[in-house]
Amino acid sequence: MAPTLEERTTRDQIRRNWWLSLPALAILTVAAIGPLLVVLVYSFLTPGEYGNVEWKFSTEGWTSVFVTKDIFDETWKLADAHMTIFWRSVKLSLITTGLTLLVGFPTAWFIATREPRAKALWLFLITIPFWTNLLIRTFAINQIIRTEGLLNTGLLKLGIISTPLQITYTDTAVLIGMVYVYLPLMVLPLFASIDRFDMRLLEAGYDLYASRAQVLRRVILPLVKPGIVAGSILVFIPCLGAYVTPRILGGGKLMMIGNFIELQFGQGRNWPLGAAISILLLIIVSIALVFYVRAINGENRDA
Amino acid sequence: MTENAAIEARNVSKHFGQGDGVVRALDDVSVAIRQGEFFTLLGPSGCGKTTLLRMIAGFESPTSGEIRLNGEPITHLPPNKRPVNTVFQSYALFPHLSVAQNIAFGLEMLGKPRAEIDARVQKMLALVRLEQLAGRKVSQMSGGQQQRVALARALAPQPKVLLLDEPLSALDLKLRKEMQSELKRLQRETGITFIFVTHDQEEALTMSDRIAVMSAGRIQQMGTPREIYTQPVNRFVAGFIGETNFLSAEVRDGQATLPGGITLPVRARNGQTTLAVRPELMRIVAAGTPAALPATVADAVYFGTDSHVHARLADGAEVVVRVQSGADGASIPAAGSAVGLAIAPGALQVLED
Ligand SMILES: Nc1ncnc2c1ncn2[C@@H]1O[C@H](COP(=O)(O)OP(=O)(O)OP(=O)(O)O)[C@@H](O)[C@H]1O
Ligand SMILES: [Mg+2]
Repeated sequence: MAPTLEERTTRDQIRRNWWLSLPALAILTVAAIGPLLVVLVYSFLTPGEYGNVEWKFSTEGWTSVFVTKDIFDETWKLADAHMTIFWRSVKLSLITTGLTLLVGFPTAWFIATREPRAKALWLFLITIPFWTNLLIRTFAINQIIRTEGLLNTGLLKLGIISTPLQITYTDTAVLIGMVYVYLPLMVLPLFASIDRFDMRLLEAGYDLYASRAQVLRRVILPLVKPGIVAGSILVFIPCLGAYVTPRILGGGKLMMIGNFIELQFGQGRNWPLGAAISILLLIIVSIALVFYVRAINGENRDA
Repeated sequence: MTENAAIEARNVSKHFGQGDGVVRALDDVSVAIRQGEFFTLLGPSGCGKTTLLRMIAGFESPTSGEIRLNGEPITHLPPNKRPVNTVFQSYALFPHLSVAQNIAFGLEMLGKPRAEIDARVQKMLALVRLEQLAGRKVSQMSGGQQQRVALARALAPQPKVLLLDEPLSALDLKLRKEMQSELKRLQRETGITFIFVTHDQEEALTMSDRIAVMSAGRIQQMGTPREIYTQPVNRFVAGFIGETNFLSAEVRDGQATLPGGITLPVRARNGQTTLAVRPELMRIVAAGTPAALPATVADAVYFGTDSHVHARLADGAEVVVRVQSGADGASIPAAGSAVGLAIAPGALQVLED
């Protein structure tokens, strides 16, 4: 409904007093842009001998993201190690997103189809893991999957396996940890979408000769797509920058971007490289967000 | 039962819940609906109309009994395997699809070739007069237009039977009248068997070939609109369809003694009985006219084309007489005046209970 004249004049008046928000806006601007600017500037400086930076312009931080100079014959080669880390991060994040979707969809469907009061209870239960520190939860996962952990002991006792499974310090361990941590971020937006879904459309689908699979693909999925997209973005982005989970469950060696950045600011003593990778991560995330906004807007244009 | 029955329900019962809380939504219902018929299920809220319809569509399975389609039992066939389509009360159109895509949905699920689907969608759009809006999203349409899309979508796969669950109840009166004739036209043009649910008796009377009047999970009477209106079998049907007056009578040897002592011939068993007579089948005559019920006028309500005169009989029962508005407007007796009520020959209906 269009705003009435009265509403509009009131709103105009309030808008004219925008300067009252100035202090908050100033703090927000400095807090949001300040550190980013520092990181951007550092990525174009020279690494200091004991960490930190020397105030000398250099593009080496950026070039070394992609290529390295061979220490023996001084030729430029693609930075394989970096590419491996990027690729692992993207791969693990995509798989995590897929797995959370696979587990999260039936979960969200289950919750959305409960009685209103049971719904609230289930949602509440889903958010319980958020109450505990991420570090502690990750250590707990480690206790379950390590060689002498609950999982292996159980499987051994049941006679399903004869030697303990080596799960810790593998990509599988990182995946298990990330799926566990980010599952609620998938379930909540999915629930919001499914909750709005008109269940009567299912009967309409069956009535018009659709099988169960066809109803899922042709009726349910298109209508809950906004929830799927939102959940995927909410899972994918923090996965890409994950630090704690790969650190603890992947050991020191199976790094993701987050660990690699930390390494440059720590032992690696190459702050410009760390800064450049941070900016790169930001760019990847922004691209992902553009896709997200496109998908959502496309949805609205059609509707 | 009937050879040319498109849909037949045999002794169908449906119970929801168990023990003391059991709801008998349908109680031993048998009905045979003929090929190409416009059949209406009429009854008050909660009488089991939707339950019967959902059982024919396959969304509900009967507790006992059998459903047959063209003589074949389909009781346990899932809805997507039944050549039966539904027009839902809420329309249940797919909001992410355009009008044309909605209509094409059933045909696509049946795996029809694209060219055939496109041709059929065009035909359906023409049938419901929505050619101009083929590309429109259904959310941007009025109630009447959505109704047409729902009809076209359900008719497109050429079902053997079309089920309509109160399809017009969400529309305003004018649109409702328009869609009523539209529905009749569609049924004539397609020749498809329609099973139509309503709790509006006027709608049922004007549209149907046959009506089943339901109450409390049972079919009370089945017949043409004329039969149902002129020969209701029991108090429920007589009272539910149109307005009616109930007269208590004492029958002896084919003669009923009515309040006020007059006697009229009826075909009924001896004893105390209830007779029904429609308000338009009585006439106000001078008090003391032979074979007219003596009565006292209580009140008269003017309705334009006619007036409803409320009168009290000798035993205290109140009856309504419908008086056509004449050019003179002088035919309404004043309240309190004594009159006679003449009953048209054959107008007295004997009710079962
Ligand atoms: N799934 C169900 N569980 C329990 N009771 C039900 C269920 N479906 C219907 N009923 C009950 O069965 C009876 C018949 O319901 P039904 O929906 O068939 O009535 P209806 O004639 O279509 O009424 P209306 O005109 O209000 O739509 C009602 O008493 C209803 O409460
Ligand atoms: Mg109903």
